[in-house]
Amino acid sequence: MTLALIAALPFLGALLPGLLIRAGRTACATVTGSVTALALALLALQAPAVLRGEVVQTRIEWLPSLGLNANFMLDGLGLLFAGLILGIGLLIILYARFYLSKSDPMGVFYTYLMLFQGAMVGIVLSDNILLLLIFWELTSLSSFLLIGYWKHLPEGRQGARMALAVTGSGGLAMIAGMLILGNIAGSYDLSVILTQKVVIQASGWYLPALILILLGAFTKSAQFPFHFWLPHAMAAPTPVSAYLHSATMVKAGIFLMARMWPVLAGTPEWFWIVTSAGLITMVIGAKIAFFKDDLKALLAFSTVSHLGLITMLLGLGTAKAATVAIFHIINHATFKAALFMSAGIVDHEAHTRDLRRLGGLRHLMPVTFTIAGIAALSMAGIPPFNGFLSKEMMLEEAAHTALGPDWLLPVLATIGALFSVAYSFRFLAHGFLGPVRDDYPHKPHDPGFGLWAAPALLATLVVIIGLAPMASAAWLVDAAASAVTGTAQEVHIKHWHGLYSPALWMSIAAVGGGFAMLAAFPRLRAMWDGTPRPEAKAIFDAIVEPLAAGARALTQALHNGSLTRAIAIATIAITATALWAFNSGTHSPGTREMLAITPVTAIAWGLLMFATLGVALIHRNRLLSLILIGIIGLIISLGFAWLSAPDLALTQITVEVVTVVFMLLALNFLPKETPRESSPVRRIRDAVIAIGAGAGIAGLAYAIMTRNFAFPSISAYHLEQSKPGAGGTNAVNTIIVDFRGYDTFGEIIVLGIAALLIYALAEALLKPGPANDALRAMAATRTGLAGDRHPLLMVMATRFILPVAMMIGVFIFLRGHNLPGGGFVAGLVFAIATVMQYMASGLGWTEARQRIDHHALIGAGVLTAAAAGVGSWLFGAPFLASSYTYVHLWPLEEFELATAAIFDLGVFLCVLGAVLLALNSLSRLARRAGETVSADPYSVDRPEGGN
Amino acid sequence: MEALIAIAIGSLTASGVYLMLRQRTFPVIIGLTLLSYAVNVFIFAAGRIVPGLPAIIAKDAAGYTDPLPQALVLTAIVISFGMTAVIVLMALGSWLEAGHDKVDMDEEEETRA
Repeated sequence: MTLALIAALPFLGALLPGLLIRAGRTACATVTGSVTALALALLALQAPAVLRGEVVQTRIEWLPSLGLNANFMLDGLGLLFAGLILGIGLLIILYARFYLSKSDPMGVFYTYLMLFQGAMVGIVLSDNILLLLIFWELTSLSSFLLIGYWKHLPEGRQGARMALAVTGSGGLAMIAGMLILGNIAGSYDLSVILTQKVVIQASGWYLPALILILLGAFTKSAQFPFHFWLPHAMAAPTPVSAYLHSATMVKAGIFLMARMWPVLAGTPEWFWIVTSAGLITMVIGAKIAFFKDDLKALLAFSTVSHLGLITMLLGLGTAKAATVAIFHIINHATFKAALFMSAGIVDHEAHTRDLRRLGGLRHLMPVTFTIAGIAALSMAGIPPFNGFLSKEMMLEEAAHTALGPDWLLPVLATIGALFSVAYSFRFLAHGFLGPVRDDYPHKPHDPGFGLWAAPALLATLVVIIGLAPMASAAWLVDAAASAVTGTAQEVHIKHWHGLYSPALWMSIAAVGGGFAMLAAFPRLRAMWDGTPRPEAKAIFDAIVEPLAAGARALTQALHNGSLTRAIAIATIAITATALWAFNSGTHSPGTREMLAITPVTAIAWGLLMFATLGVALIHRNRLLSLILIGIIGLIISLGFAWLSAPDLALTQITVEVVTVVFMLLALNFLPKETPRESSPVRRIRDAVIAIGAGAGIAGLAYAIMTRNFAFPSISAYHLEQSKPGAGGTNAVNTIIVDFRGYDTFGEIIVLGIAALLIYALAEALLKPGPANDALRAMAATRTGLAGDRHPLLMVMATRFILPVAMMIGVFIFLRGHNLPGGGFVAGLVFAIATVMQYMASGLGWTEARQRIDHHALIGAGVLTAAAAGVGSWLFGAPFLASSYTYVHLWPLEEFELATAAIFDLGVFLCVLGAVLLALNSLSRLARRAGETVSADPYSVDRPEGGN
Repeated sequence: MEALIAIAIGSLTASGVYLMLRQRTFPVIIGLTLLSYAVNVFIFAAGRIVPGLPAIIAKDAAGYTDPLPQALVLTAIVISFGMTAVIVLMALGSWLEAGHDKVDMDEEEETRA
């Protein structure tokens, strides 16, 4: 369970910042940090077992039929990455607390950050590759939110979009690749896949799977030719860049290559694709980084280059190279995160990150200079820092590997290292060395402890690992490398490899060359500026623009915002698809015996048809069409009653009353006639579409009704269990309140939300604005209303009927479990009884006497239903499972008490509240439009609104 | 009888779709109501039509109709009232706000929006 909890904690933590931001920024950051720290602590508890070589697993079945299970595993590689993600995540939370300005919404930031953190931890802990893919996509989405965090910056939005487009499409390719891989291996669990090396590499699908998976990894890890998105993502706030682009997101691709290394690596295809992509990325990234003036852009391209270096090492396919790759992952994460944070500090203090406007900061910001100096020298590969160690080992590996001609790989690796030295020195020299200037946009000085604490800690790590690698890092490297390669690895990290080591001379060449390049910077810069280069963003835009335009054109053609058009297209599409499906099969006539037509049913049917077609013909007369609707509803209720559905008949007839009253009230405001607007051609076209749809559905209904069930219906179970299982003899009611109680629970909530929505809409219309003006204007011109608004006879009759109607409601409610009736119908009957008072005695009169708020009714209904559901937990039964008992209470007959009745009471309350709230909202509009109100008990005696 | 019910469902659908293709809000709402009837009856009819055998468990019952579609339709009827009411209020709002009850905005309004 622990692993699932570690992965879930950041997601849970994502909820907290939004809630806690009101308690202040420090509280918000502290709580967010504690969640991460907790996850880190849980991880640390697992560490001893993992370091002993065990693989910790958590398995939760999710959708086993799809092979999708929430299986997690933790081995050395997972431990390394999860540790980096959570550890650096903690530092980032601290750093961001002091970095973000007062105007930045911090709660939102931490929520995004935690979402991202959870997704990353999920990737590295997943055992199931389908689960891994889900987390993979989540990192794309959450990083999109983080990169675009400064929504007001167009670069931020564009950068976020580009990152999403590139990594997202790579992710899609990877899904395909993973599915192929799972298919070959016969399982979607990594623990199984990783043992299938021979089968996978022998499969004809190996190459497609490899290419698709690498597309995912390369896009994520910004490998050439997909490297261009990373620098654009630098528009994000620096904490994001430090997190995403040093330790986490871009390392996800690396992680994946390392994870898949045991089964995918070792073939010529892997070697050529991965090694060359890595090598090219390393050299190109380092070269561009040297010429970037923006501190963050320089670091971004340097990251691209270092990712290339790691990729290349993984591509070599030897266990030793993979071990070096792991070591460099640790080192890169420490020094690069420190450098990003230092660049952020410079930006924060000097208000610029442009190297041309900086220099001399060494005197003004000594602390920052120390941190940045250590980290940059490590990046350059200068002893004794940790970057030096892994770079030496990388050069050593390169020197022994042939890619084409023997000399090619070592030379290119040396050139990459040389550029790396050059840009690292430039970062220091142009940023911190030189004389103090007097034209900084803002006079810089060292920030408070909060801001430099995190990078200082990282810089300390850089030094410790550099000085004592065997004591401080080798155990972790061993554990991770053993997990990657599948065989036990023991790394020997040395500072001195001897005079005969090629790495030594390659290193010396790199450092010397780097110095020379820095010295020649002005001239090289002029050459660089003079050379035309492809602009990645322009190419990207040139590809995306036509695609976006095409998508826009298609959307516009299908759905330009016109409802009429959308309905027409949807109807045609559905009808055509159904017709096509119908024509592609064979058909035999139905065998089910048909019911005979009796004269009564024939007359009712004739009336129904008359009303149905009549509505379409005379719909311009709105009042008349409402009357016809009433007729249709009545006949349908009769039909339900005749066809063994008394519950439906009751519901239909009560809903019908409420609906027609509601529509009449609405029609009060609307024009009473619909003008004739459509041309005859258009009317014919619409009629053809409508008749097509009608004919299709009629045919389908006929086909179903004249055939027997193809499979035995599950209804038999419901009928059988209605009495023994749910304690009621009305199977329809027991299905509603018991078997499918969860559905019903959802439905009353929807009904309640609909009523609240109506209330909110009415509120909005009553606010000052054009609608309110229109209502007031109506009030001024109201004439021709009936003289006697509240006829005495009607008032008296309805007041007499009220208790009777309510009694009927109670009766219907109580018998519902065993005979037709129940909460829905009872609620509607109560609602109608109340509406009658509205109509007869007026709004004010009724409202003054109604003491229960409609909103409260809805809330009480939902809560009662929920309580009935939760109550079954007390008896050890699942949510909403009902239980019942028989009670004998003198002098009554024996009767039944069922928890389902409590649930039905909730339904009743919610329906009543919802219907009344909807009608009441409309009447509020009516009042604004000049409907007079009197709450006087004797209002019937006097004309309203008068004397 | 099955044929008559099928024709009724088809006619309700056809009238409903025709009215939903009109350009004013009120006919569209009426059309939606008709379509709801059609869908409810259709789902109900999918349980096959049986007269005189309600799903009330009794010792001497000759048989039962299919209760499941009935339960589904029952809640659907109530929900469709809620949805109709929401749309009615939206229609009212657009009539009061915009001063006309057209379903689609005309071009002038779209450019303003």
